[in-house]
Amino acid sequence: MTMANSEQVGYIDRISGPVVQASNMLGSKLYDVARVGEEKLVGEIIKLTEDLATIQVYESTDGLTPGEPVYLTNAPLSVELGPGLIRQIFDGIQRPLPVIREISGDFIERGIEIPGLDHKKLWDFAPSVKVGDKVLGGDILGEIPETPTVDFKLLVPPKINGKIEFIAQRGDYNIDDTAATLVTPSGDKVDLQFYHKWPVRQPRPYHSRLPSNIPLITGQRIFDTFAPIAKGGTGAIPGGFGTGKTVSQHQLAKWSDAKIVVYVGCGERGNEMTDVLQEFPRLVDPYTGGPLMDRTILIANTSNMPVAAREASVYTGITLAEFFRDMGYDVAMMADSTSRWAEAMREISGRLEEMPGEESFPAYLASRIAQYYERAGRVLTIGTKQREASITVVGAVSPPGGDFSEPVTQNTLRIVKVFWALSKELASRRHFPAIDYLLSYTLYWSALEDYYSQNVNPEFPELRTQSLALLQKDKELQDIVALVGPDALPPSEKIILETARMLKEDFLQQNAFHESDSFCSLEKQYLMLKTILRFYEKAKDLHRRGTNVADIFESDLVIRIARMKYIEKSEVETSLNELMKEIDGLTPQNFEVEDK
Amino acid sequence: MTIKERYEAREFQTVTEVSGPLMFVNLRGMGEVSYGEMAEITTTSGERRRGQVLDVSKDLAIIQCFEGTSGLETKDTICRFLGETMKIGVSKEMLGRVFNGRGESIDGGGDIIPDKILDVAGTPINPSARQYPKEFIETGISTIDTLLTLVRGQKLPLFSGSGLPHNMLAAQIARQAKVLGTEEEFAVIFSAMGITADEARFFRDDFEATGALDKVVLFLNLADDPAIERLLTPRLALTVAEYLAYEHNYHVLVILTDMTAYAESLREVAAARSEVPSRRGYPGYMYSDFSTIYERAGRIHDKKGSITQIPILTLPNYDITHPVPDLTGYITEGQVYVDVALNRKGLYPPINPLPSLSRLMKDTIGQGSTRSDHKFVSDQLYALYATGRDLRDLVAVVGDESLSETDKKILEFADLFEQRFINQDYHEDRTIFESLDIGWEMLSIFDDPHRVLKRIPSEIIDKFHMDKRDDKTDFNSVDI
Repeated sequence: MTMANSEQVGYIDRISGPVVQASNMLGSKLYDVARVGEEKLVGEIIKLTEDLATIQVYESTDGLTPGEPVYLTNAPLSVELGPGLIRQIFDGIQRPLPVIREISGDFIERGIEIPGLDHKKLWDFAPSVKVGDKVLGGDILGEIPETPTVDFKLLVPPKINGKIEFIAQRGDYNIDDTAATLVTPSGDKVDLQFYHKWPVRQPRPYHSRLPSNIPLITGQRIFDTFAPIAKGGTGAIPGGFGTGKTVSQHQLAKWSDAKIVVYVGCGERGNEMTDVLQEFPRLVDPYTGGPLMDRTILIANTSNMPVAAREASVYTGITLAEFFRDMGYDVAMMADSTSRWAEAMREISGRLEEMPGEESFPAYLASRIAQYYERAGRVLTIGTKQREASITVVGAVSPPGGDFSEPVTQNTLRIVKVFWALSKELASRRHFPAIDYLLSYTLYWSALEDYYSQNVNPEFPELRTQSLALLQKDKELQDIVALVGPDALPPSEKIILETARMLKEDFLQQNAFHESDSFCSLEKQYLMLKTILRFYEKAKDLHRRGTNVADIFESDLVIRIARMKYIEKSEVETSLNELMKEIDGLTPQNFEVEDK
Repeated sequence: MTIKERYEAREFQTVTEVSGPLMFVNLRGMGEVSYGEMAEITTTSGERRRGQVLDVSKDLAIIQCFEGTSGLETKDTICRFLGETMKIGVSKEMLGRVFNGRGESIDGGGDIIPDKILDVAGTPINPSARQYPKEFIETGISTIDTLLTLVRGQKLPLFSGSGLPHNMLAAQIARQAKVLGTEEEFAVIFSAMGITADEARFFRDDFEATGALDKVVLFLNLADDPAIERLLTPRLALTVAEYLAYEHNYHVLVILTDMTAYAESLREVAAARSEVPSRRGYPGYMYSDFSTIYERAGRIHDKKGSITQIPILTLPNYDITHPVPDLTGYITEGQVYVDVALNRKGLYPPINPLPSLSRLMKDTIGQGSTRSDHKFVSDQLYALYATGRDLRDLVAVVGDESLSETDKKILEFADLFEQRFINQDYHEDRTIFESLDIGWEMLSIFDDPHRVLKRIPSEIIDKFHMDKRDDKTDFNSVDI
């Protein structure tokens, strides 16, 4: 028997939904890509039994017939890593959707074979090494200004090192041109192009892990103040439908202070991806001033696209994220929704007739989820000059019936360190973002506290603790109010209720669709929190001096506090300091005058 | 193989098993049968039925029989494979016609002459070809137009239950739906899955009474029709919808009722195949299967037509966490919740806005499309009604003595909201301006609007509040 080569052909034995069994497949390897049928549909080998291979097919299998050929590629599912990824929208296996549209029109036909990157486009390359330099895998050979805000760094692929014998001079190249030639220590010559391929299921190597002690600023008050995520951290947003998972994910993709954002729409609505595609080019990145699209990569495998490609899409996404991490960038990746990814695994597993685990998810669900989130992290990259870089991963989870005890939510919570719990009750009160402020948690706070003290204000951690305590107390009091009505509470507790209401309505509620409120800087968050707590102290003081509690919270200043969130960036400091000064100046006499 | 042999190889008299909706055919290693291929089954009495290949290997094909398996047997039943997937002939002539659940004409008008023959499975719309839906559809129903705006290209299901008037509501929407300021071609495609003959007649009579019947295509799979056929019916309907929308620029409204019956058929097939069940016995791929129906709604760049879907679901025991509404809610762009408690109060349409949602509303409403106060009025009505209902619960426990004056007004508002705003006649077609103004009239019961109406900016209150309106402004205009 000859060794496997690309001409070798197996034959389809059986077709059952997205799963195809083929015989005469001796020599194929697990997770290699196979091209199935006359139309050469893309598939991946997921099980081998002697000469039988089970293949999950990334396109619709309608019309396939037993006996049709199966071609081996002898390569695992890989993505092309090079310039031209940013601003693009890909399907789950890195085929650019706009190019598919040019070929097959408004509807996605199958059997379309196109590369992930544009191989004709010319890029302006400037080398940063010279002939004779010794380079390691991960070293930068030169730069290409890919978008006005992101410089693409051409890297020596991992596991390759040597001495530079040739390096392309400043000029325009397409990605197939030779960028450099290395002579390896064993004397072989290796030509490097402007891109390389990498298998999506294999994590890209890094030098070492760094502690997660820098927050990923999101501009969302509930996240940044109460449950911050670290750069390189992992977080989950579980919530039933209509609680705002997607809006939260969009907000993170819009306003996170990451250099690159990879957004994976995994088995979700087509119109949501369209929304991102139409909105992001118009939105301005608060950190660079350029369009948000200039740092964004989209991967869209909507719910009605083939289920196996949905399974692959999160791996495609994280591999692209790792590639930009290796350039030294902070990357944020959003996956919406990881439940759909888990369900894709369940569907394939069911077709393989595997023994089911909990709720018929496969028994390996937990380990797959863990492996995926472990690809996040803040690291030192490989290469001679190690760079600090990170991948932050936030996954949305869609629990059936909004029940957090289901397997995907539970297995995710075992791994991730930030839990942003969406609440149906808050959503039905139109409290958005509908994140349950008491149920949500972050395990990064102790690592991040110093950052907040040093970079925002030394008082910040104290204000946060105090607010959380008020919200907790409020919850206890609300239970009493529900039984006996608010009148039964003593005035001091009514102050707590009113202050907690201000925290909830005027601080935690944030309008994603309001220009000045959609993004809130840390400085503004600090001042808003401080203003509310200042008013709380003042209210206690006024009450001690005999003012009626109801009158205190009828004050015009309360209305101005409610409008704090809409204050424009440039005026925040002056107007909030002014407001606090007025709060400090309140005396019982103010209220007596009003009575007249 | 000669053509003759090949032809013969596609006809089998080797049925080995008939079980539930499935039929197993031994192919003896000779049949080149494709996945998803259609089969024609001839019973011993000569009756012909259709089925589709669900699983195929060289030796065995599993066929789901759309028209039932009763009368099939393992000796003389003949199965002929047709060499193509399920297709339907479509043409503009279909408007005004009635078909059964597998696409055969049942109104006595004879077969249509197809303009095109299309695959019913459909292919996914390329997300980069989609156009984000932004065009307001006025349904004439205050609750929907004001709080749950329907948008062209949206999929907005009715979550309902037994004994609720969801059919009337759907018929009223179909009758009254229009886009402000345009006279464009519209069509309604009605796909019935497992509803009763009475319900089907209700829709037909309603379309007829309003003279809309020649703009309607009906696909009827009724309760006594074969259950597995239901898996086909919505796909036929949506294939016709796509043809009318994208080739003839129609704005198509597709009503799918009842998706719960559809899901039950899906479960029946899965159970017959001994698949590992997911929640409540429904198959694990139900989400993916639903999405191939719901995601066929939408708009496409550079195409004039659109497909708007109103699927109707009857929630078993009014339970919104049941897998059918749950998975639907994750795909559709919101939901309209038809509420049993409001229905008991005698309100029509008994839509409870609190658990309802329209996701596409935010980008649709406002100046130029509806009116600049729309968003704020909507938020305010919603918030006050939610508070009002909470207060009702509180009053039930502690009585109304402890309530503040404002709280008492809010209670009054909640009653008014149900009686004046939610409640309207089955034939009452309110403009969006009328609906918004009813909203303002109710909001005008508060003495201190600037303090109570927190969701409305002061300048909007000053312009639109009933006590502050000037005579010069035309409030029935999208431009203000």
